[in-house]
Amino acid sequence: MSLLKIEGLEARHGLLTAVQGISLEIEQGETLALVGANGAGKTTLLRTLAGVHPVAAGRIVFDGVDVSALPAHRRAAAGLALVPEGRKLFPAMTVQENLLVALSAKREGRWNLGSVLDAFPQLKPKLKAAAGTLSGGQQQAVAIGRALMTNPRVLLLDEVSLGLSPLAVQGVYDSLRTLMGKGTAHGTTIVLVEQDLARTFQVADRIVCMLEGRVVASGRADEMTRDQVMAYYFGHRTPAAGGTSQPASTASST
Amino acid sequence: MIWLNQLVQGLMLGGYYALLACGLSFMFGVMGIINLAHGSLAVLAAYMLFVLAERFEVHPLLGLVAVIPVMALIGWVLHRLVLERSARAGALIPLLSTFGLASVLDNSMFQAFGADTRSLAPYIDSLSYDGWTLPGGIIVGQLAVLTLVVAIALLGGLHLMLNHTALGRRIRAAAHDPDTAQLVGVDARSVYAASTAIAMTTVAIAGAFLAMRATFDPYTGPYQLIFAFEAVIIGGRSLWGTLMGGIVLGVAQSIGAQVHPQGFLIAGHVVFLAVLLARVYAADTLRRWVRSVRSRFSSQFGNRATTP
Repeated sequence: MSLLKIEGLEARHGLLTAVQGISLEIEQGETLALVGANGAGKTTLLRTLAGVHPVAAGRIVFDGVDVSALPAHRRAAAGLALVPEGRKLFPAMTVQENLLVALSAKREGRWNLGSVLDAFPQLKPKLKAAAGTLSGGQQQAVAIGRALMTNPRVLLLDEVSLGLSPLAVQGVYDSLRTLMGKGTAHGTTIVLVEQDLARTFQVADRIVCMLEGRVVASGRADEMTRDQVMAYYFGHRTPAAGGTSQPASTASST
Repeated sequence: MIWLNQLVQGLMLGGYYALLACGLSFMFGVMGIINLAHGSLAVLAAYMLFVLAERFEVHPLLGLVAVIPVMALIGWVLHRLVLERSARAGALIPLLSTFGLASVLDNSMFQAFGADTRSLAPYIDSLSYDGWTLPGGIIVGQLAVLTLVVAIALLGGLHLMLNHTALGRRIRAAAHDPDTAQLVGVDARSVYAASTAIAMTTVAIAGAFLAMRATFDPYTGPYQLIFAFEAVIIGGRSLWGTLMGGIVLGVAQSIGAQVHPQGFLIAGHVVFLAVLLARVYAADTLRRWVRSVRSRFSSQFGNRATTP
């Protein structure tokens, strides 16, 4: 059974339907990357999964339970955590407070203040510093650490490399690969939105390409080429026009 | 010596204003809501204590043990039934709804208790008039000192709670960004309701001191709201700023009263307006200055001014 199942999901911004009938299934331990141009609906999809954007239609089933109507804090308590675009730290609070506030999710697991600091040692000397005073890379580490503190079963990562130096991005992805216990039976499931296709191919098991709120292509990362994804990315190729991807197998839009 | 006396009395009065403004500042800081029923709720607490004192001979300070939980419950209900719903409709609606609530409360209290002025002073024995004589012959009232001490303790307690407890972290997170706070498991709705309950706890204490140090009637609330509002504006949104705001207001009124018999209220209002204007114009001038320095800097150094 899939850990996270999305059925005919729709989400709107006023009159605009940003997510149009998306259906996806995500397995335990899988790393799924959502790619697509700006305005494709990736961020809205993640925010809707996390519960900070309302579901207009469809269902989100998490571990066999329909969580579509649950507020965001209940989904965090169930094990869905979002690292939002732009990090969204609490800038006046210290790094330690930013991390500890995530204990509100009240989930037991391997992540606590000590293990997060072991994973992000650069934060140790900054524990008492206001989060708003940190560098971009350090802030991203806090944002990921804060999400990990909720001991999530599914980690939703929205453009974690945005605005970071290449070195900081490398650091974040190195940490992610190590932290998530990739390949192990109990590894955290990741859904990530990333603009950097090269990096996406490195970390993802499966790639889902979105265009104008719909899934236009989906396939295993090792079976797709960058050119194919780029063609879907910019709408030069559509599912109807054919292609080597599998838009209807594990991902579809209605 | 007269001026020093006025300064000391103003400081004591400032303690009361800080106590009164504490809940208003807390709600504004956490939820961005200006509760126009704040003064009326303080008077409601005062009436509760009055009933306990008059009918059951309960000392007002002891009566707080019963009134504080009731006011906290009222705060919780107030948030769930009024503030939460009205805040969804924009920033103006909570102002209107709390204004309406104040009217309902004032007139309900008038209906229940009539227009007679009351006071809790007769129920606190000599505390209402006893004082200590300081060097130089300055006399400070024991009740005034107690008020200041309670104000500092309350603000200090709130400060500690906000900075050193899990609830405090949740409150600060929800105050900054409720959506993101929810993402990490904070139930912003409950946090706001708890914050309103905490604010009403401080309102109950403020109501007790209002009624012990002076008289009150069903329409005293709006006047108390003005003083609380002025203290918050003068001091800014922080809790310690509220204490300073209360003291500045108290000292201004006290010195104003010394300058002219009618100067008590006017001096307080003048200081409030001066601080408000200074905040608006000084902030604007500072912004313009920063902009001009930045543009001068970038025109001199061109692209080199931008850091990678």
